[in-house]
Amino acid sequence: MNGAGLLLRREMALAWNGGGGPLLACGFLLSLAVIVPLGAGPQLDQLANLAPGLVWLALSLASLLTLERLFERDFEDGTLDLLAMGPLADEAVVGVKVLAHWLTIGLPLALMTLPVGISLGLAPDQLPLLAVTAALGALAFSFTGGLGAALAIGARKGGLLIAVIVLPLFLPPVIFGAGALVAQADGRSPGPALALLAACVLVAGVVGVLAGAAGLRGSRT
Amino acid sequence: MDIESRSQHGVRPMITLSLKDLAVRRGDRTLFEGLDLDVAPGEAVSLTGANGAGKSSLLRVVAGLLAPVAGAVRFEEGGQALEPAEARARHLHLLGHQDGFRSGRTAADELAFQVGWCGGTVEAMEAAVRRLALGALLPLEVRRLSAGQRRRLALARLLAAPRPVWLLDEPLSPLDSHWRAEVGQILQAHLEGGGMVLAAVHDPLPIPARTCPVGGAA
Repeated sequence: MNGAGLLLRREMALAWNGGGGPLLACGFLLSLAVIVPLGAGPQLDQLANLAPGLVWLALSLASLLTLERLFERDFEDGTLDLLAMGPLADEAVVGVKVLAHWLTIGLPLALMTLPVGISLGLAPDQLPLLAVTAALGALAFSFTGGLGAALAIGARKGGLLIAVIVLPLFLPPVIFGAGALVAQADGRSPGPALALLAACVLVAGVVGVLAGAAGLRGSRT
Repeated sequence: MDIESRSQHGVRPMITLSLKDLAVRRGDRTLFEGLDLDVAPGEAVSLTGANGAGKSSLLRVVAGLLAPVAGAVRFEEGGQALEPAEARARHLHLLGHQDGFRSGRTAADELAFQVGWCGGTVEAMEAAVRRLALGALLPLEVRRLSAGQRRRLALARLLAAPRPVWLLDEPLSPLDSHWRAEVGQILQAHLEGGGMVLAAVHDPLPIPARTCPVGGAA
């Protein structure tokens, strides 16, 4: 098996090892879905208006919660040194780790946005679009999060630092992802917003991998 | 013929190492400067010095994980200089205090990953497991291994993925006297196969080795 496949397999196994994998983040997402309707009161139509934005808020916060572990444990136990002695360039290591993060946490979270959308009163015919945009958005969050997590390697209060680096960069996917749902609800085509969301994923992919690799190199001082 | 000689007498590159006028700083403290060292294939060098003198940092500089403030690290293969990144990815093993094993996974999983990542084969890994008597430990989670068992597991990567330059940070310190002797034989076989050993030590290595004092700081 080649290096990328080996690393991907290990990362996916590690996601379920001792941390419960995506369960924690999914539980957080569902708790938000319970708290918001209870807090916002019984006006269902108001809640439904806000539903696209609230779903995306919950998705971005749940993704954020999982980022601190992305590189920190590898840094602490010497895995990052070992990864530097192998066949993949730093950029590829970041890319594979981010991909594993999306597969093990991003996609389950995207799936979990469906019950959240329903509980917030999103129209049932919007759920397919929600699933697609949430899956794309989670990929953008993983790439951006990889950048933040790599830059915060070894920092005290790394989790907070990651949030400060990453949350502003989460804005464009949130805007276009929620925008696509709002457009569809208003009877307009969600296409343009969807295309811009996909563009966000591509930009996050390039910037996240390059800046993440720079973060790995910086952590070796 | 036992495993380490079989894996190491195959076709493998002859690598030489030269350090020129090397200076390393951590924070605002200069650990050492003006360090020169040439190491030929088949040679072992003991890096000695007080705690904090910079032995571990020197190993990381040689591995290319840490940049020196002055001087150069140069690997040559048949007179041709190697790119540092290529040397690191194909010709170097670094064995430090942090071995990269995730404590919650089994020794078998972690060793298989490390060996595969460094380019070793399954057969070589099985032979290395026999040589280091790790068979009974493989199903255990890494957290349940003792320090010495864990070090043997880390050494199995070096045997299973043949690379000529071994950078070892106190390789023998957690091992009992039996395994110190065994590892001495492994190191000897590595050198006879044209390999190179650069080891930070406090006790002398159980093999003939040149000594290179590092730093003066206490």
